[in-house]
Amino acid sequence: MLILDQLINALQLGSIYALVALGYSMVYGIIKLLNFAHGDVIMVGGYIAIFSLAAGHHPALAFFLIVFGCTLLAVVMEKLAYTPLRTAPRISVLITAIGISILLQNLAQFFFEARPLPLHIPLPTGSINIAGTTLAYTMIITIMASVLSMLALNFVVSRTRLGKAMRAVSEDGEAAQLMGINVNNVVTFTFAVGAALAGIGAILYFVRFPVVTPTVGAMLGLKAFIAAVLGGIGSIPGAMFGGFAIGILEVLVTAAGFSRWTDGAVFLVLIIVLLVRPTGLMGRKIVEKV
Amino acid sequence: MLNVKNMNVYYGNIYAIKDVSFDVNEGEIVTLIGSNGAGKSTILKTISGLLRSKTGSIAFLGETIENSASHAIVKRGLAHVPEGRRVFLQMSVQENLEMGHYTQPRITMNERIEDVYERFPRLKERYKQRAGTLSGGEQQMLAMGRALMSRPKLLMLDEPSMGLAPLLVDQIFEIIKELASLGVTILLVEQNAQMALSLANRGYVLETGKITLTDSAKNLLENDAVRRAYLGG
Ligand SMILES: Nc1ncnc2c1ncn2[C@@H]1O[C@H](COP(=O)(O)OP(=O)(O)OP(=O)(O)O)[C@@H](O)[C@H]1O
Ligand SMILES: [Mg+2]
Repeated sequence: MLILDQLINALQLGSIYALVALGYSMVYGIIKLLNFAHGDVIMVGGYIAIFSLAAGHHPALAFFLIVFGCTLLAVVMEKLAYTPLRTAPRISVLITAIGISILLQNLAQFFFEARPLPLHIPLPTGSINIAGTTLAYTMIITIMASVLSMLALNFVVSRTRLGKAMRAVSEDGEAAQLMGINVNNVVTFTFAVGAALAGIGAILYFVRFPVVTPTVGAMLGLKAFIAAVLGGIGSIPGAMFGGFAIGILEVLVTAAGFSRWTDGAVFLVLIIVLLVRPTGLMGRKIVEKV
Repeated sequence: MLNVKNMNVYYGNIYAIKDVSFDVNEGEIVTLIGSNGAGKSTILKTISGLLRSKTGSIAFLGETIENSASHAIVKRGLAHVPEGRRVFLQMSVQENLEMGHYTQPRITMNERIEDVYERFPRLKERYKQRAGTLSGGEQQMLAMGRALMSRPKLLMLDEPSMGLAPLLVDQIFEIIKELASLGVTILLVEQNAQMALSLANRGYVLETGKITLTDSAKNLLENDAVRRAYLGG
């Protein structure tokens, strides 16, 4: 069945976008920063994967190192570059984010050259047959891993102390401080969680597109950013929804025979959302403080 | 208990607080009255560490706090109910209270939530509701309950009566009186000078960033200048 086939395909792609979009959205929700270096964290995850697997690590260790490396990178980035700018105008922070993105890409080019490196993520190969549709294990694993990650995130945000503090800071940073919440810690935690999700997203992305280049994170990051905007930047369910929506859109466009236009279609979504509903589908109204 | 000396606060080029000094002693209710834009909220925010004074010192329980972070100040027992309540609208009533307990050891949380519910039964009825669905009066109760979760020694209230119906204002002031009788020291900021002075022991009058008058609440209520400016004749 072709439709089911395409649907699963779209879910696989969409869940990767959703995982990456979550980091964008959560960080925006908490410090109103579009962290344009977020996509490049995935690229770094790709190189970590190559080295770890080449060193003969067990896949489980490799996966851990990827997620851990991405998280560590984001935390260091936040501490070194963003914390000192906590009270700086937003535009300075945005420019810094773009600067870090370019820096990471250039460092990768310097150390690993621009040449694409193949990356084979060791997941069980093979497939099962359901109702006439062949489902590769990798697809099923991808979708399940994303759903589990999102359930875990939901638990953290709705049940844990730090998760609740995250929602408090994102709604009203000043009031959160008056509660005794150390906003700096919460911001760091948010970067860490977002990057861990991106790390998982990186593994799943390279399962599907097994090549690493210094700029591999840029396009993925951009699309995840669009997914976050579509869902309403700052909103966690919005980022999940937006990710899946973009995945479905790309698969639809490809299935319709316009595979060269998938990127164009995604950018068209950004333009339409910004024109028609800049707060996104699930975003709250942004009240600019005077 | 609280000693503010030579506070000078600027918003960029705007000189908002001009060399303000005052004290709050343990067990007192002290009120800071002044009209719109006088600088009342700015003073409270500076005490809480949200803003910084260019000069002078702020001491709480004998230790200087003018360089401390807000979260550290709360932990020392100084709670601030901000102007406009500022409850977390997207979070439930109970989660708001949990946030108020952030600086405290976890084991005391449930007990304190029960204490707050006992004081504000309305909140208990609505513990699962988002704070955004509460009425103004209920939000004020939540804001106060949330601040009480940290068992503050000094409670700063910024215009708790703002936007409330007279009946609710009475209720809120009744609660403030009760808290004071339980030993919580209170610094109350109000535009509603009549109510504030009838409750307080002492008051300071703030005009465009300067303290122009200080006396016992009783004397201020009878002071001609105060009556003309703040009590409608
Ligand atoms: N964020 C800000 N940026 C610039 N100026 C500000 C800011 N906040 C307050 N001010 C100015 O500082 C002065 C004192 O303001 P503040 O809010 O402390 O007054 P207030 O006495 O609390 O008034 P109200 O009774 O209206 O709450 C006012 O002139 C105000 O315009
Ligand atoms: Mg005020």
